[in-house]
Amino acid sequence: MLIELNEVSHVYQDENNVKALKNINLEISRGEFIGIVGHTGSGKSTLVQLFNGLIIPSSGTVKVNGKNITNEKSNLKETRRHVGLVFQYPEHQLFEETVYQDIAFGPKNLGLKKDEIRERVEEVMGLVGLDYEEFKDRSPFNLSGGQQRKVAIAGVLALKPEVLVLDEPSAGLDPQGRKQLAELLKYLYQELNITVILISHRMEEIAELASRVIVMHQGEIVIDDNPIEVFSREQKLHKLSLDLPQITEILHRLEERGLKVNTNLFSISEASAEIIKALRSH
Amino acid sequence: MLKDITIGQYIARDSIIHALDARIKIMITTILIIALFTIDTFTGFGFFAAFVLVVVLLSKISVKKVLKGLKPILILVLFTLFIHIFLTKGGEVLWSWRFISIESEGVYTGFFMVSRIFILILFTSLLTLTTSPLQLTDGIEYILSPLKRFGVPASELSMMMTIALRFIPTLLEEADKIMKAQQARGADFESGNLIQRAKSLIPLLVPLFISAFRRADDLALAMESRCYRGGEGRTRLHELEFRYYDFIALIIIIILAVAVSFY
Ligand SMILES: Nc1ncnc2c1ncn2[C@@H]1O[C@H](COP(=O)(O)OP(=O)(O)O)[C@@H](O)[C@H]1O
Ligand SMILES: [Mg+2]
Repeated sequence: MLIELNEVSHVYQDENNVKALKNINLEISRGEFIGIVGHTGSGKSTLVQLFNGLIIPSSGTVKVNGKNITNEKSNLKETRRHVGLVFQYPEHQLFEETVYQDIAFGPKNLGLKKDEIRERVEEVMGLVGLDYEEFKDRSPFNLSGGQQRKVAIAGVLALKPEVLVLDEPSAGLDPQGRKQLAELLKYLYQELNITVILISHRMEEIAELASRVIVMHQGEIVIDDNPIEVFSREQKLHKLSLDLPQITEILHRLEERGLKVNTNLFSISEASAEIIKALRSH
Repeated sequence: MLKDITIGQYIARDSIIHALDARIKIMITTILIIALFTIDTFTGFGFFAAFVLVVVLLSKISVKKVLKGLKPILILVLFTLFIHIFLTKGGEVLWSWRFISIESEGVYTGFFMVSRIFILILFTSLLTLTTSPLQLTDGIEYILSPLKRFGVPASELSMMMTIALRFIPTLLEEADKIMKAQQARGADFESGNLIQRAKSLIPLLVPLFISAFRRADDLALAMESRCYRGGEGRTRLHELEFRYYDFIALIIIIILAVAVSFY
Protein backbone atom coordinates (compact mmCIF):
# COMPACT_ATOMS: atom_id res chain seq x y z
CA MET A 1 0.00 0.00 0.00
CA LEU A 2 1.37 3.39 -0.99
CA ILE A 3 -0.47 5.61 1.48
CA GLU A 4 -2.44 4.32 4.41
CA LEU A 5 -4.39 6.40 6.92
CA ASN A 6 -5.69 4.77 10.05
CA GLU A 7 -8.26 6.50 12.31
CA VAL A 8 -6.75 9.89 11.57
CA SER A 9 -8.17 12.99 13.22
CA HIS A 10 -6.77 16.48 13.17
CA VAL A 11 -7.51 19.56 15.22
CA TYR A 12 -5.83 22.87 14.40
CA GLN A 13 -4.46 24.23 17.65
CA ASP A 14 -5.63 27.81 17.75
CA GLU A 15 -8.37 29.75 19.50
CA ASN A 16 -11.09 28.16 17.36
CA ASN A 17 -9.78 24.59 17.64
CA VAL A 18 -11.37 23.55 14.36
CA LYS A 19 -11.73 19.80 14.01
CA ALA A 20 -10.55 19.65 10.42
CA LEU A 21 -10.49 15.85 10.03
CA LYS A 22 -12.49 13.20 11.84
CA ASN A 23 -11.61 9.49 11.95
CA ILE A 24 -10.32 9.16 8.42
CA ASN A 25 -9.50 5.68 7.14
CA LEU A 26 -8.04 5.64 3.67
CA GLU A 27 -5.88 3.44 1.48
CA ILE A 28 -4.27 4.60 -1.73
CA SER A 29 -2.41 2.17 -3.94
CA ARG A 30 0.13 2.69 -6.66
CA GLY A 31 -1.31 3.52 -10.07
CA GLU A 32 -4.48 5.24 -8.95
CA PHE A 33 -5.67 8.63 -10.12
CA ILE A 34 -7.65 10.02 -7.24
CA GLY A 35 -9.90 13.04 -7.41
CA ILE A 36 -10.80 14.74 -4.14
CA VAL A 37 -13.82 17.00 -4.11
CA GLY A 38 -15.71 18.77 -1.38
CA HIS A 39 -17.05 22.10 -0.27
CA THR A 40 -14.57 24.80 0.85
CA GLY A 41 -13.47 24.01 4.39
CA SER A 42 -14.31 20.33 4.16
CA GLY A 43 -10.72 19.38 4.98
CA LYS A 44 -9.26 18.53 1.56
CA SER A 45 -6.09 20.58 1.93
CA THR A 46 -5.56 19.33 5.46
CA LEU A 47 -5.94 15.74 4.28
CA VAL A 48 -3.34 15.96 1.53
CA GLN A 49 -0.79 17.64 3.79
CA LEU A 50 -0.85 14.49 5.90
CA PHE A 51 0.47 12.49 2.97
CA ASN A 52 3.95 13.98 3.16
CA GLY A 53 4.13 14.84 6.83
CA LEU A 54 3.64 18.59 6.54
CA ILE A 55 0.88 18.12 9.07
CA ILE A 56 1.26 15.53 11.80
CA PRO A 57 -2.27 14.47 12.79
CA SER A 58 -3.55 14.96 16.33
CA SER A 59 -4.35 11.25 16.46
CA GLY A 60 -4.13 8.20 14.23
CA THR A 61 -1.34 6.97 11.98
CA VAL A 62 -0.21 7.76 8.46
CA LYS A 63 1.92 5.25 6.59
CA VAL A 64 3.73 5.98 3.35
CA ASN A 65 5.28 2.99 1.60
CA GLY A 66 4.63 1.01 4.77
CA LYS A 67 6.61 3.44 6.91
CA ASN A 68 4.85 5.18 9.76
CA ILE A 69 5.53 8.89 9.28
CA THR A 70 3.61 9.99 12.37
CA ASN A 71 6.27 8.98 14.85
CA GLU A 72 8.95 11.41 15.89
CA LYS A 73 11.97 9.83 14.33
CA SER A 74 10.72 9.28 10.81
CA ASN A 75 12.70 10.87 8.01
CA LEU A 76 10.23 13.33 6.56
CA LYS A 77 12.62 14.59 3.91
CA GLU A 78 12.69 11.13 2.39
CA THR A 79 8.89 10.96 2.46
CA ARG A 80 8.60 14.34 0.80
CA ARG A 81 10.74 13.11 -2.05
CA HIS A 82 8.27 10.30 -2.71
CA VAL A 83 5.16 12.39 -2.25
CA GLY A 84 5.34 15.65 -4.20
CA LEU A 85 2.82 18.27 -3.15
CA VAL A 86 1.79 21.20 -5.31
CA PHE A 87 0.06 23.74 -3.09
CA GLN A 88 -2.80 25.98 -4.04
CA TYR A 89 -1.47 28.99 -5.98
CA PRO A 90 2.01 27.41 -6.07
CA GLU A 91 3.38 30.38 -8.01
CA HIS A 92 3.40 32.29 -4.70
CA GLN A 93 6.35 30.20 -3.55
CA LEU A 94 8.72 31.18 -6.39
CA PHE A 95 11.77 33.00 -5.09
CA GLU A 96 14.85 32.49 -7.24
CA GLU A 97 16.37 34.83 -9.78
CA THR A 98 15.86 32.54 -12.73
CA VAL A 99 13.40 29.88 -13.71
CA TYR A 100 16.25 27.37 -13.83
CA GLN A 101 17.36 28.04 -10.27
CA ASP A 102 13.85 27.92 -8.92
CA ILE A 103 13.13 24.53 -10.45
CA ALA A 104 16.55 23.32 -9.30
CA PHE A 105 15.75 24.17 -5.66
CA GLY A 106 14.16 20.78 -4.94
CA PRO A 107 16.86 18.64 -6.60
CA LYS A 108 19.52 20.74 -4.87
CA ASN A 109 17.93 19.99 -1.52
CA LEU A 110 18.13 16.31 -2.42
CA GLY A 111 21.86 16.77 -2.84
CA LEU A 112 22.01 15.82 -6.51
CA LYS A 113 25.02 16.53 -8.71
CA LYS A 114 25.13 19.51 -11.07
CA ASP A 115 24.64 17.68 -14.36
CA GLU A 116 21.89 15.55 -12.92
CA ILE A 117 20.10 18.67 -11.75
CA ARG A 118 20.47 20.23 -15.20
CA GLU A 119 19.07 17.09 -16.78
CA ARG A 120 16.07 17.06 -14.49
CA VAL A 121 15.31 20.74 -14.95
CA GLU A 122 15.40 20.36 -18.71
CA GLU A 123 13.20 17.29 -18.52
CA VAL A 124 10.49 18.77 -16.29
CA MET A 125 10.42 22.04 -18.21
CA GLY A 126 9.70 19.95 -21.28
CA LEU A 127 6.93 18.13 -19.40
CA VAL A 128 5.10 21.29 -18.38
CA GLY A 129 5.61 22.86 -21.78
CA LEU A 130 8.19 25.54 -21.12
CA ASP A 131 10.93 25.79 -23.71
CA TYR A 132 14.24 25.21 -21.88
CA GLU A 133 16.44 27.61 -23.83
CA GLU A 134 13.83 30.33 -23.94
CA PHE A 135 12.83 30.32 -20.28
CA LYS A 136 15.73 29.01 -18.21
CA ASP A 137 17.42 32.37 -17.64
CA ARG A 138 14.30 34.48 -17.29
CA SER A 139 13.12 35.80 -13.96
CA PRO A 140 10.08 33.86 -12.78
CA PHE A 141 8.51 37.14 -11.68
CA ASN A 142 8.27 38.49 -15.22
CA LEU A 143 6.25 35.55 -16.50
CA SER A 144 2.49 35.40 -16.92
CA GLY A 145 0.44 33.79 -14.16
CA GLY A 146 -0.04 30.62 -16.19
CA GLN A 147 3.68 30.33 -16.94
CA GLN A 148 4.54 30.95 -13.29
CA ARG A 149 2.26 28.10 -12.32
CA LYS A 150 4.04 25.85 -14.81
CA VAL A 151 7.39 26.75 -13.25
CA ALA A 152 6.03 25.98 -9.78
CA ILE A 153 4.63 22.61 -10.86
CA ALA A 154 7.92 21.82 -12.60
CA GLY A 155 9.67 22.62 -9.32
CA VAL A 156 7.79 19.80 -7.62
CA LEU A 157 8.08 17.40 -10.55
CA ALA A 158 11.85 17.87 -10.43
CA LEU A 159 11.83 15.83 -7.20
CA LYS A 160 10.66 12.89 -9.36
CA PRO A 161 7.93 11.91 -6.90
CA GLU A 162 6.11 8.59 -7.07
CA VAL A 163 2.95 10.34 -6.00
CA LEU A 164 1.99 13.79 -7.17
CA VAL A 165 -0.58 15.64 -5.08
CA LEU A 166 -2.08 18.84 -6.50
CA ASP A 167 -4.28 21.19 -4.47
CA GLU A 168 -6.65 22.99 -6.85
CA PRO A 169 -4.01 23.41 -9.53
CA SER A 170 -6.41 24.81 -12.10
CA ALA A 171 -7.80 27.60 -9.91
CA GLY A 172 -7.51 30.89 -11.76
CA LEU A 173 -6.19 29.42 -15.03
CA ASP A 174 -7.73 30.26 -18.39
CA PRO A 175 -9.38 27.49 -20.44
CA GLN A 176 -6.20 26.85 -22.40
CA GLY A 177 -4.12 26.63 -19.25
CA ARG A 178 -6.61 24.19 -17.76
CA LYS A 179 -6.48 22.05 -20.86
CA GLN A 180 -2.69 21.94 -20.83
CA LEU A 181 -2.75 21.01 -17.18
CA ALA A 182 -5.20 18.17 -17.80
CA GLU A 183 -2.98 16.91 -20.63
CA LEU A 184 0.05 17.03 -18.35
CA LEU A 185 -1.68 15.08 -15.59
CA LYS A 186 -2.91 12.49 -18.07
CA TYR A 187 0.62 12.09 -19.40
CA LEU A 188 2.17 11.76 -15.95
CA TYR A 189 -0.41 9.18 -14.99
CA GLN A 190 -0.57 7.12 -18.15
CA GLU A 191 2.96 7.33 -19.51
CA LEU A 192 5.13 7.87 -16.44
CA ASN A 193 2.97 5.76 -14.10
CA ILE A 194 2.88 8.45 -11.44
CA THR A 195 0.10 8.12 -8.89
CA VAL A 196 -1.86 11.36 -9.00
CA ILE A 197 -4.07 12.87 -6.31
CA LEU A 198 -6.00 15.87 -7.55
CA ILE A 199 -8.12 18.29 -5.52
CA SER A 200 -10.46 20.23 -7.72
CA HIS A 201 -13.73 22.14 -7.75
CA ARG A 202 -14.21 21.43 -11.43
CA MET A 203 -16.18 18.23 -11.70
CA GLU A 204 -15.46 18.04 -15.45
CA GLU A 205 -11.78 17.73 -14.65
CA ILE A 206 -12.34 15.06 -12.01
CA ALA A 207 -14.73 13.07 -14.21
CA GLU A 208 -12.36 13.19 -17.15
CA LEU A 209 -9.20 12.21 -15.30
CA ALA A 210 -9.84 10.34 -12.05
CA SER A 211 -10.15 6.59 -11.61
CA ARG A 212 -11.48 7.05 -8.10
CA VAL A 213 -13.32 9.94 -6.48
CA ILE A 214 -13.27 10.86 -2.80
CA VAL A 215 -15.94 13.24 -1.55
CA MET A 216 -15.22 15.09 1.67
CA HIS A 217 -17.73 16.82 3.91
CA GLN A 218 -17.03 18.50 7.25
CA GLY A 219 -13.81 16.62 7.82
CA GLU A 220 -15.11 13.21 6.83
CA ILE A 221 -14.95 11.05 3.73
CA VAL A 222 -18.59 10.63 2.76
CA ILE A 223 -18.20 8.94 -0.63
CA ASP A 224 -15.25 6.95 -1.98
CA ASP A 225 -15.99 5.25 -5.26
CA ASN A 226 -15.40 5.26 -9.01
CA PRO A 227 -16.55 8.35 -10.93
CA ILE A 228 -19.56 6.66 -12.51
CA GLU A 229 -20.95 5.62 -9.13
CA VAL A 230 -20.18 8.98 -7.54
CA PHE A 231 -21.74 11.08 -10.25
CA SER A 232 -24.85 8.90 -10.43
CA ARG A 233 -25.65 10.03 -6.88
CA GLU A 234 -26.96 13.39 -7.99
CA GLN A 235 -29.22 14.01 -4.98
CA LYS A 236 -26.50 13.28 -2.46
CA LEU A 237 -23.98 15.52 -4.23
CA HIS A 238 -26.43 18.39 -4.39
CA LYS A 239 -27.08 17.99 -0.69
CA LEU A 240 -23.33 18.44 -0.11
CA SER A 241 -23.53 21.54 -2.32
CA LEU A 242 -21.51 19.90 -5.06
CA ASP A 243 -22.36 19.86 -8.75
CA LEU A 244 -22.29 17.23 -11.45
CA PRO A 245 -20.12 17.87 -14.47
CA GLN A 246 -22.22 20.30 -16.52
CA ILE A 247 -22.71 17.94 -19.41
CA THR A 248 -23.84 15.14 -17.07
CA GLU A 249 -26.25 17.56 -15.45
CA ILE A 250 -27.77 18.16 -18.90
CA LEU A 251 -28.14 14.41 -19.48
CA HIS A 252 -29.89 14.06 -16.12
CA ARG A 253 -32.28 16.90 -16.99
CA LEU A 254 -33.05 15.31 -20.38
CA GLU A 255 -33.72 11.99 -18.70
CA GLU A 256 -36.08 13.69 -16.26
CA ARG A 257 -38.01 15.08 -19.21
CA GLY A 258 -38.41 11.59 -20.61
CA LEU A 259 -35.58 11.28 -23.11
CA LYS A 260 -33.97 7.87 -22.74
CA VAL A 261 -30.25 8.62 -22.40
CA ASN A 262 -27.34 7.06 -20.59
CA THR A 263 -26.50 9.59 -17.86
CA ASN A 264 -23.07 8.19 -16.99
CA LEU A 265 -21.18 10.21 -19.54
CA PHE A 266 -18.81 13.00 -18.63
CA SER A 267 -17.31 14.28 -21.87
CA ILE A 268 -19.03 16.57 -24.30
CA SER A 269 -18.29 14.42 -27.33
CA GLU A 270 -19.68 11.25 -25.77
CA ALA A 271 -22.70 13.06 -24.45
CA SER A 272 -23.54 14.79 -27.71
CA ALA A 273 -23.30 11.47 -29.57
CA GLU A 274 -25.60 9.95 -26.96
CA ILE A 275 -28.14 12.77 -27.28
CA ILE A 276 -28.17 12.54 -31.07
CA LYS A 277 -28.63 8.78 -30.83
CA ALA A 278 -31.51 9.19 -28.39
CA LEU A 279 -33.21 11.84 -30.53
CA ARG A 280 -32.92 9.70 -33.69
CA SER A 281 -34.59 6.71 -32.06
CA HIS A 282 -37.17 8.92 -30.39
CA MET B 1 5.25 27.30 15.23
CA LEU B 2 4.53 30.78 13.84
CA LYS B 3 1.04 30.45 15.26
CA ASP B 4 2.46 30.82 18.79
CA ILE B 5 3.16 34.48 18.27
CA THR B 6 0.35 36.22 20.14
CA ILE B 7 1.80 39.73 20.11
CA GLY B 8 -0.78 41.91 18.41
CA GLN B 9 -3.38 39.18 18.39
CA TYR B 10 -6.93 39.90 19.54
CA ILE B 11 -9.24 37.31 21.10
CA ALA B 12 -12.87 38.32 21.25
CA ARG B 13 -14.62 37.52 24.55
CA ASP B 14 -17.56 38.96 26.39
CA SER B 15 -15.82 40.34 29.49
CA ILE B 16 -15.57 43.55 31.47
CA ILE B 17 -11.93 43.90 30.46
CA HIS B 18 -12.92 43.78 26.80
CA ALA B 19 -15.70 46.26 27.42
CA LEU B 20 -13.41 48.93 28.91
CA ASP B 21 -12.77 51.93 26.71
CA ALA B 22 -9.64 51.54 24.59
CA ARG B 23 -8.27 54.95 25.66
CA ILE B 24 -8.64 54.00 29.31
CA LYS B 25 -6.89 50.69 28.69
CA ILE B 26 -4.00 52.42 26.96
CA MET B 27 -3.71 54.90 29.83
CA ILE B 28 -3.90 52.13 32.41
CA THR B 29 -1.20 50.15 30.64
CA THR B 30 1.03 53.21 30.46
CA ILE B 31 0.54 53.98 34.15
CA LEU B 32 1.27 50.41 35.12
CA ILE B 33 4.40 50.26 32.99
CA ILE B 34 5.69 53.42 34.64
CA ALA B 35 4.83 51.97 38.04
CA LEU B 36 6.60 48.76 37.08
CA PHE B 37 9.85 50.68 36.63
CA THR B 38 9.58 52.31 40.04
CA ILE B 39 9.35 48.94 41.77
CA ASP B 40 12.50 47.63 43.39
CA THR B 41 11.38 44.63 45.44
CA PHE B 42 10.28 41.13 44.57
CA THR B 43 7.22 41.64 46.76
CA GLY B 44 6.21 44.39 44.35
CA PHE B 45 6.57 42.04 41.40
CA GLY B 46 4.55 39.41 43.25
CA PHE B 47 1.83 41.98 43.72
CA PHE B 48 1.93 42.89 40.02
CA ALA B 49 1.85 39.23 38.96
CA ALA B 50 -1.21 38.67 41.14
CA PHE B 51 -2.83 41.71 39.56
CA VAL B 52 -2.11 40.40 36.04
CA LEU B 53 -3.65 37.07 37.04
CA VAL B 54 -6.82 38.77 38.23
CA VAL B 55 -7.10 40.72 34.98
CA VAL B 56 -6.56 37.55 32.92
CA LEU B 57 -9.28 35.74 34.88
CA LEU B 58 -11.65 38.68 34.43
CA SER B 59 -10.91 38.78 30.69
CA LYS B 60 -12.05 35.14 30.26
CA ILE B 61 -9.00 34.39 28.12
CA SER B 62 -7.26 31.17 29.12
CA VAL B 63 -4.13 31.62 31.23
CA LYS B 64 -2.36 29.13 28.97
CA LYS B 65 -3.00 31.31 25.93
CA VAL B 66 -1.62 34.40 27.63
CA LEU B 67 1.48 32.57 28.85
CA LYS B 68 2.07 31.17 25.37
CA GLY B 69 2.62 34.76 24.24
CA LEU B 70 5.78 34.79 26.35
CA LYS B 71 7.39 32.04 24.32
CA PRO B 72 8.83 34.16 21.50
CA ILE B 73 10.70 36.38 23.97
CA LEU B 74 12.13 33.48 25.94
CA ILE B 75 15.50 33.73 24.20
CA LEU B 76 15.77 37.43 24.96
CA VAL B 77 14.88 36.76 28.58
CA LEU B 78 17.41 33.96 28.99
CA PHE B 79 20.04 36.12 27.35
CA THR B 80 19.34 38.94 29.83
CA LEU B 81 19.48 36.47 32.69
CA PHE B 82 22.88 35.05 31.67
CA ILE B 83 24.41 38.44 31.02
CA HIS B 84 23.48 39.57 34.49
CA ILE B 85 24.43 36.37 36.24
CA PHE B 86 27.90 36.29 34.73
CA LEU B 87 28.74 39.93 34.30
CA THR B 88 27.12 41.82 37.15
CA LYS B 89 29.50 41.79 40.09
CA GLY B 90 28.99 42.49 43.76
CA GLY B 91 27.85 40.75 46.90
CA GLU B 92 29.33 37.43 47.89
CA VAL B 93 30.92 35.02 45.43
CA LEU B 94 28.64 32.01 44.97
CA TRP B 95 30.72 30.05 42.49
CA SER B 96 33.90 30.62 40.58
CA TRP B 97 36.10 28.86 38.09
CA ARG B 98 39.27 30.49 36.81
CA PHE B 99 38.21 33.96 35.70
CA ILE B 100 34.46 33.23 35.62
CA SER B 101 32.51 33.88 38.76
CA ILE B 102 28.92 34.20 39.78
CA GLU B 103 28.18 36.68 42.49
CA SER B 104 25.00 37.14 44.45
CA GLU B 105 24.34 40.64 43.12
CA GLY B 106 24.31 39.24 39.56
CA VAL B 107 21.82 36.53 40.36
CA TYR B 108 19.59 38.99 42.12
CA THR B 109 19.65 41.58 39.30
CA GLY B 110 19.23 38.86 36.70
CA PHE B 111 16.03 37.50 38.16
CA PHE B 112 14.89 41.02 38.88
CA MET B 113 15.19 42.08 35.23
CA VAL B 114 13.58 38.86 34.02
CA SER B 115 10.54 39.39 36.25
CA ARG B 116 10.26 42.92 34.96
CA ILE B 117 10.40 41.89 31.29
CA PHE B 118 7.86 39.12 31.82
CA ILE B 119 5.35 41.38 33.53
CA LEU B 120 5.92 44.11 30.96
CA ILE B 121 5.19 41.76 28.07
CA LEU B 122 2.19 40.28 29.87
CA PHE B 123 0.69 43.75 30.34
CA THR B 124 1.13 44.82 26.78
CA SER B 125 -0.07 41.53 25.34
CA LEU B 126 -3.13 41.73 27.58
CA LEU B 127 -3.87 45.12 26.07
CA THR B 128 -3.84 43.78 22.52
CA LEU B 129 -5.49 40.48 23.44
CA THR B 130 -8.52 42.26 24.87
CA THR B 131 -8.78 45.27 22.56
CA SER B 132 -9.71 44.92 18.91
CA PRO B 133 -7.12 46.47 16.59
CA LEU B 134 -9.66 49.00 15.40
CA GLN B 135 -10.46 50.23 18.89
CA LEU B 136 -6.81 50.23 19.78
CA THR B 137 -5.79 52.48 16.93
CA ASP B 138 -8.82 54.70 17.46
CA GLY B 139 -7.72 55.03 21.05
CA ILE B 140 -4.18 55.92 20.03
CA GLU B 141 -5.48 58.46 17.58
CA TYR B 142 -7.53 60.16 20.32
CA ILE B 143 -4.60 60.22 22.66
CA LEU B 144 -2.30 61.64 19.98
CA SER B 145 -4.82 64.12 18.60
CA PRO B 146 -3.74 67.04 20.82
CA LEU B 147 -0.37 66.74 19.03
CA LYS B 148 -2.01 67.38 15.64
CA ARG B 149 -1.52 71.06 16.35
CA PHE B 150 2.23 70.48 16.27
CA GLY B 151 2.03 68.71 12.93
CA VAL B 152 1.90 65.13 14.17
CA PRO B 153 -0.20 63.22 11.60
CA ALA B 154 -2.22 61.34 14.21
CA SER B 155 -4.93 60.05 11.87
CA GLU B 156 -2.45 58.79 9.30
CA LEU B 157 -0.35 57.15 11.98
CA SER B 158 -3.37 55.40 13.35
CA MET B 159 -4.47 54.28 9.87
CA MET B 160 -0.99 52.88 9.30
CA MET B 161 -1.17 50.99 12.56
CA THR B 162 -4.64 49.69 11.82
CA ILE B 163 -3.42 48.31 8.53
CA ALA B 164 -0.26 46.85 10.01
CA LEU B 165 -2.15 45.13 12.81
CA ARG B 166 -4.79 43.88 10.41
CA PHE B 167 -2.15 42.22 8.25
CA ILE B 168 0.00 40.57 10.91
CA PRO B 169 -2.17 37.42 11.12
CA THR B 170 -2.54 37.34 7.35
CA LEU B 171 1.19 37.50 6.84
CA LEU B 172 1.82 34.85 9.49
CA GLU B 173 -0.64 32.57 7.75
CA GLU B 174 1.06 33.29 4.45
CA ALA B 175 4.48 32.58 5.97
CA ASP B 176 3.20 29.28 7.31
CA LYS B 177 1.95 28.30 3.88
CA ILE B 178 5.11 29.29 2.03
CA MET B 179 7.22 27.46 4.60
CA LYS B 180 5.23 24.30 4.04
CA ALA B 181 5.43 24.67 0.28
CA GLN B 182 9.22 24.97 0.46
CA GLN B 183 9.45 22.05 2.88
CA ALA B 184 7.51 20.03 0.34
CA ARG B 185 10.42 20.74 -2.01
CA GLY B 186 12.89 19.47 0.55
CA ALA B 187 13.77 22.78 2.23
CA ASP B 188 15.04 22.47 5.77
CA PHE B 189 14.39 25.33 8.17
CA GLU B 190 15.29 23.54 11.34
CA SER B 191 18.83 22.21 11.16
CA GLY B 192 22.29 23.44 10.33
CA ASN B 193 24.42 26.16 11.86
CA LEU B 194 23.44 29.79 12.19
CA ILE B 195 24.62 30.84 8.72
CA GLN B 196 22.94 27.89 7.03
CA ARG B 197 19.75 28.65 8.86
CA ALA B 198 19.82 32.29 7.92
CA LYS B 199 20.36 31.29 4.30
CA SER B 200 17.52 28.81 4.43
CA LEU B 201 15.19 31.71 5.19
CA ILE B 202 15.61 33.22 1.74
CA PRO B 203 13.05 30.88 0.11
CA LEU B 204 10.62 31.99 2.81
CA LEU B 205 11.35 35.71 2.94
CA VAL B 206 11.44 36.51 -0.78
CA PRO B 207 7.93 35.18 -1.51
CA LEU B 208 6.68 36.70 1.74
CA PHE B 209 7.90 40.19 0.81
CA ILE B 210 6.55 39.86 -2.70
CA SER B 211 3.17 38.91 -1.36
CA ALA B 212 3.25 41.75 1.17
CA PHE B 213 3.99 44.27 -1.59
CA ARG B 214 1.27 42.80 -3.76
CA ARG B 215 -1.21 43.11 -0.90
CA ALA B 216 -0.08 46.67 -0.23
CA ASP B 217 -0.62 47.54 -3.88
CA ASP B 218 -4.08 46.02 -3.91
CA LEU B 219 -5.01 47.74 -0.69
CA ALA B 220 -3.78 51.13 -1.89
CA LEU B 221 -5.81 50.73 -5.05
CA ALA B 222 -8.90 49.68 -3.10
CA MET B 223 -8.55 52.63 -0.73
CA GLU B 224 -8.04 55.07 -3.55
CA SER B 225 -11.04 53.79 -5.46
CA ARG B 226 -13.06 54.45 -2.33
CA CYS B 227 -11.75 58.00 -2.27
CA TYR B 228 -9.54 57.78 0.81
CA ARG B 229 -7.69 61.07 1.18
CA GLY B 230 -6.06 60.98 4.56
CA GLY B 231 -7.62 61.38 7.94
CA GLU B 232 -8.88 64.98 7.84
CA GLY B 233 -12.55 65.12 8.81
CA ARG B 234 -13.16 61.38 8.70
CA THR B 235 -16.02 60.19 10.87
CA ARG B 236 -16.32 56.76 12.44
CA LEU B 237 -18.82 53.98 12.52
CA HIS B 238 -18.15 53.22 16.17
CA GLU B 239 -17.35 56.26 18.29
CA LEU B 240 -15.38 55.54 21.44
CA GLU B 241 -17.43 56.43 24.50
CA PHE B 242 -16.41 56.80 28.11
CA ARG B 243 -18.69 55.12 30.64
CA TYR B 244 -18.64 55.41 34.40
CA TYR B 245 -16.84 52.11 35.00
CA ASP B 246 -14.03 53.25 32.73
CA PHE B 247 -13.29 55.98 35.24
CA ILE B 248 -13.72 53.63 38.17
CA ALA B 249 -11.13 51.32 36.61
CA LEU B 250 -8.75 54.21 36.01
CA ILE B 251 -9.09 55.46 39.57
CA ILE B 252 -8.53 52.00 41.02
CA ILE B 253 -5.39 51.62 38.95
CA ILE B 254 -4.00 55.01 39.91
CA ILE B 255 -4.53 54.24 43.58
CA LEU B 256 -2.92 50.82 43.20
CA ALA B 257 0.02 52.17 41.23
CA VAL B 258 0.70 54.93 43.71
CA ALA B 259 0.36 52.52 46.61
CA VAL B 260 2.77 50.02 45.09
CA SER B 261 5.30 52.65 44.06
CA PHE B 262 5.52 54.17 47.53
CA TYR B 263 5.29 50.89 49.37
N1 LIG C 1 -3.60 26.64 9.19
C1 LIG C 1 -4.84 26.53 9.73
N2 LIG C 1 -5.07 26.95 11.00
C2 LIG C 1 -6.30 26.83 11.55
N3 LIG C 1 -7.36 26.31 10.93
C3 LIG C 1 -7.21 25.87 9.68
C4 LIG C 1 -5.93 25.95 9.01
N4 LIG C 1 -6.07 25.44 7.76
C5 LIG C 1 -7.36 25.05 7.67
N5 LIG C 1 -8.05 25.30 8.80
C6 LIG C 1 -9.46 24.97 9.06
O1 LIG C 1 -9.65 23.59 8.87
C7 LIG C 1 -10.82 23.32 8.14
C8 LIG C 1 -10.47 22.55 6.88
O2 LIG C 1 -9.73 23.38 6.03
P1 LIG C 1 -9.06 22.90 4.67
O3 LIG C 1 -8.38 21.62 4.88
O4 LIG C 1 -8.25 24.04 4.15
O5 LIG C 1 -10.34 22.69 3.74
P2 LIG C 1 -10.47 22.71 2.16
O6 LIG C 1 -9.11 22.58 1.57
O7 LIG C 1 -11.38 21.56 1.87
O8 LIG C 1 -11.12 24.01 1.80
C9 LIG C 1 -11.47 24.66 7.87
O9 LIG C 1 -12.49 24.85 8.82
C10 LIG C 1 -10.36 25.66 8.06
O10 LIG C 1 -10.86 26.87 8.56
MG1 LIG D 1 -8.10 23.93 0.29
